[in-house]
Amino acid sequence: MRVALFIPCYVNQFYPQVAVASLELLEKLGCEVVYPLEQTCCGQPMANSGYQHLSKDCETLFQENFDQYEYIVCPSGSCTLHIKDHVELKGKIMELSEFLVDVLKVEKLNVSFPHKVGLHQSCHGQRGLKISSMSELMSPSFSKPEHLLNMVSGLSLIELEKKDECCGFGGTFCVSEEAISAKMGKDRVKDHLDHEAEFITGNDMSCLMHLEGILRRKGSSVKVKHIAEILNAS
Amino acid sequence: MMTHSQAADVFNKDEPRVDWHNATLWNVRKKRDKAAVQIPEWEKLRAIASQIKAHSLSNLSSYLENFEKKASENGVTVHWAKNGEEHNRIVLEIIQKAGLNKNSQGKIPMVKSKSMLTEECHLNSHLENNYVDVIDTDLGERIIQLRKEPPSHIVAPAIHLMKEEVGETFHEHLGVPNIETIPEKLVEIARHHLREKFLAAEVALTGVNFAVAETGEFVVCTNEGNADMGANLAKVHIASMGLEKIIPKRKHLGVFLRLLARSATGQPLTIYTSHFKKPRQGQQMHIVIVDNGRSRQLGRPDFRNSLKCIRCGACMNTCPVYRRSGGHSYHSTVGGPIGSILAPNLDMKKNADLPFASTLCGSCSNVCPVKIDIHDQLYKWRQELVKSGYTPKVKSLSMQMMRFTLSHPGVFNFAGKMGKGVLKNAPFLINNFLNPWYKQREMPEVPQDSFTEWYIKNRTKE
Repeated sequence: MRVALFIPCYVNQFYPQVAVASLELLEKLGCEVVYPLEQTCCGQPMANSGYQHLSKDCETLFQENFDQYEYIVCPSGSCTLHIKDHVELKGKIMELSEFLVDVLKVEKLNVSFPHKVGLHQSCHGQRGLKISSMSELMSPSFSKPEHLLNMVSGLSLIELEKKDECCGFGGTFCVSEEAISAKMGKDRVKDHLDHEAEFITGNDMSCLMHLEGILRRKGSSVKVKHIAEILNAS
Repeated sequence: MMTHSQAADVFNKDEPRVDWHNATLWNVRKKRDKAAVQIPEWEKLRAIASQIKAHSLSNLSSYLENFEKKASENGVTVHWAKNGEEHNRIVLEIIQKAGLNKNSQGKIPMVKSKSMLTEECHLNSHLENNYVDVIDTDLGERIIQLRKEPPSHIVAPAIHLMKEEVGETFHEHLGVPNIETIPEKLVEIARHHLREKFLAAEVALTGVNFAVAETGEFVVCTNEGNADMGANLAKVHIASMGLEKIIPKRKHLGVFLRLLARSATGQPLTIYTSHFKKPRQGQQMHIVIVDNGRSRQLGRPDFRNSLKCIRCGACMNTCPVYRRSGGHSYHSTVGGPIGSILAPNLDMKKNADLPFASTLCGSCSNVCPVKIDIHDQLYKWRQELVKSGYTPKVKSLSMQMMRFTLSHPGVFNFAGKMGKGVLKNAPFLINNFLNPWYKQREMPEVPQDSFTEWYIKNRTKE
């Protein structure tokens, strides 16, 4: 299967290893992966700040880069949701873990990650793309990322007190509402640390970047890892 | 006036208190979950409630007229108020014309049960300036009335206060000799204090939770029975009602009452669900139907759904921002997520910060018993506020720069190559000069190569 890879701008610049892991993982699972070199950003940072009218150029650029592909895969729930809501495409954009579960129908992975891992549900992936059930809704529980992580040998997922509370990143919210953003992040980190996580994983590097910033400021040895890095482990 | 983020910053200076506030509200959310999960058709119930409200809003004028007709037939006097000022004037006129007795201070004694609408209209100060002695009888409301504070939560107005602070308030204002901290004792003190007020009251004011167009009756939900106590003792009963409170038929109460208390506090029903239909012999009963911006909101296609709100407060209890910033940080009668989509309709300039006081996580929309798309409306208000020019100029400038960088691959890749340069232009660091990110967080480490550079080096030369 031929898929186009969309890498969020900040992942491209700060977390290239996440993009490499996504690329390699998709290839391992039999996909032919195309990476359009002229790609930049989904436009969400502007739109969420109230400047949706300024994200038009970004959206047009996105269309130019990606409109010819049947499947566009992106290792971020948030950017995927934004494109889904705002850019008209002939093909379909999917977040990495939902693509793995729903399209590739992955049932087995030959990887090992012998660690205690906490899963951070990013809100846009969970509540927006519905890749996991939500604690507010009275509906059957499921989680596509958990389903995948459970295929990793040696990995044990920890329980959390608040399994789907927002981390407080929120785009420009993280600086415009610094006090609340940092407090929310500290509380998320505490929940993971209280339950002895060695790693915090998730589908959105933006949330993880925020949590990582707090962990490093604390001097904690706990690391963040994008789900693609774990699923692409050896 | 402080903006939401400034007020939140102050609130967060006392971290243990933030933790306490967060835990208190989260506890209410957990109670809501426990109650909701016991109703197998919970999600269906939400959908039906949402549809009934959508229908009611689309036929608002005819249902309101029908309600007025039925209520009048029942012997109730119906008044219409365009805004808060008119509402306050009408209420005062009703009181002044009723020939009521004055107390020893020459004031007409009035008891009031909880009504967010009268808070919105600032009724209390208007009446107090005109020789009416207004006593809020909901325990939480009474506490904050004594402290001269606005409510911090629409269901639990004094939830920001600890029991010790309530003890201090009663010590200071009610002549309690010691500072009581046992909740049961505090409640007993309040009961004795309020009992005298109920017995002396000449006029009682209540809110309205639901008004039934079919019958002209209205329903008031309380846990303390204070609405009944007031209305059943006083010579005059005034009910203040927002015009969106209308529902078509009595049977629809079966949907809303099952959702309201469960969503609000996790109770199956409020302890008292009181139906008022006609005045008792010798009593006057009035209903004041208030617009105050509601019909303007009804005319905004993106935001009209906000009028479905039944004021359960579930969105506040679940909101991770509200729980950590406190209700007062929203500088509006109704705070939290729902308040942030209602307030800009009342005053765009004053409330321009509120739709930005959210991470758009969407938990509010998920708990909402009438399925208001709260977080989508927050997003839409942001667009509206920017277009109307209510956001700082510096932000617009940085957004323009970002648009330029992010829509030109060459510029984007060049900015990326500049290594540290990109940090300045990174989306999450926009709109700042002092870099608030760094205050409590480390910056991400900048790698040698971007992914695009890695890709060109490793994948394009094969």
